Amino acid sequence: MNDSRPTQNTRLACPTCDTLYDVPVSGGLTCHRCHTILVAPARRAGLLTLLIALASLGLIYGAITLPFLTIKRFWMSNDATLIQTALAFEGPLLVLSLVVLALILILPALRLGLTLYVLTPVVLGAGALPGAATVFRWSEALRPWSMAEIFVLGCGVALIKIVAMAEVMFGPAFYMFAAAIILIWVQDRLTCRHSLWEAVEHG
Amino acid sequence: MAEAVTARSEGLVGCQRCGRVWDMGTPRCGRCGAKLTSRAYRNLGTVWFFWALGIIAYIPANTLPMLETRLLLTTSDDTIIEGAWKLLTHGSVGVAIVILAASVLIPLAKFAAIAWLALSVQHRLPSSPKWRHRVYEAVELIGRWSMIDVFVVAILSSLVQFSVLANVKPGPAALAFALSVIFTMLSALSFDSRMIWDLDDDPALAGKRDNLTAVKKTAPTQR
Repeated sequence: MNDSRPTQNTRLACPTCDTLYDVPVSGGLTCHRCHTILVAPARRAGLLTLLIALASLGLIYGAITLPFLTIKRFWMSNDATLIQTALAFEGPLLVLSLVVLALILILPALRLGLTLYVLTPVVLGAGALPGAATVFRWSEALRPWSMAEIFVLGCGVALIKIVAMAEVMFGPAFYMFAAAIILIWVQDRLTCRHSLWEAVEHG
Repeated sequence: MAEAVTARSEGLVGCQRCGRVWDMGTPRCGRCGAKLTSRAYRNLGTVWFFWALGIIAYIPANTLPMLETRLLLTTSDDTIIEGAWKLLTHGSVGVAIVILAASVLIPLAKFAAIAWLALSVQHRLPSSPKWRHRVYEAVELIGRWSMIDVFVVAILSSLVQFSVLANVKPGPAALAFALSVIFTMLSALSFDSRMIWDLDDDPALAGKRDNLTAVKKTAPTQR
């Protein structure tokens, strides 16, 4: 397929504004009209990205199992894990529990898993796994729906709201989750989507 | 302003998922499998559909209680605005501002922004390109953050569980609010941003709606 249209693979169109570019031989490329990053400056950060994705998954696993927040008031104290927090909506609002769980935990973890599926063979120099293109496309489509970072800021807001009536402590899971979010953000910045797509296409 | 070289002006269609370019009329991206559209003008119907659903869901989100707080013998059902007002009067000005910004200012601004961008494309409303770009970027960047209020409600109600002494329960507005945020995100995601940048290129055609149909005629196979 590429051989019949050799010129088109050296060009790319900005997904946000359709500006057409020649892919530079080296270095990054940022769209001059809409400032979308089209080619990341560090194209060969694959191994680092892979390690960061693995570390994030490990941190998320820890964040699920350890206590997330603890509240103390009167003579009582109450722990909440991350999953308990997501499942706070009951009865007719149960569906909202599932939505929150998906937005803060399932989708971020799923995206990391999809990234590993696409990235691992590329880093190892092996051919792309079956369906890698579809997997990567889905991982990209799910990006706006992964809201773990918004949830962490929500913890801060909730904390300020109840600090007057009770004592709240962050558990180890909170710090692990916050660290995972920072790592995911770094990984997102490092990933050169253009190079990864090229690798998926050419095996 | 010089006309920008776009995939469309070169007779090509760019994939919005992976950036690969194909000949105009190619139905699907051969690399990532996404559907190819030069300009998703028809998606504007979807944009307005989800926009309307978002507004419909936003009404109960503000009239129904967001949090049901029980402290000893007193129970209070607070809507978003009542909750923020209480925070203000108790001196937590900063949190009140965050809550009001995330649950009132940002959603309302987002409804207005999407409507304005869609109308700009449909009716070629006069405005500066810089403004259109900034508004689009803002919708992309901060729209998701409205969900914070739903998360705050979840955290509060899972933590504050001291049987009869103090108890916080989520109210039905949380569901309506989450739906409103999801619908507006779907609305914004259905919007083909490339049409915003098209407006920069043909100031001479401003006000002429048939410009878009003219483009469609030259590329009959696009969907």
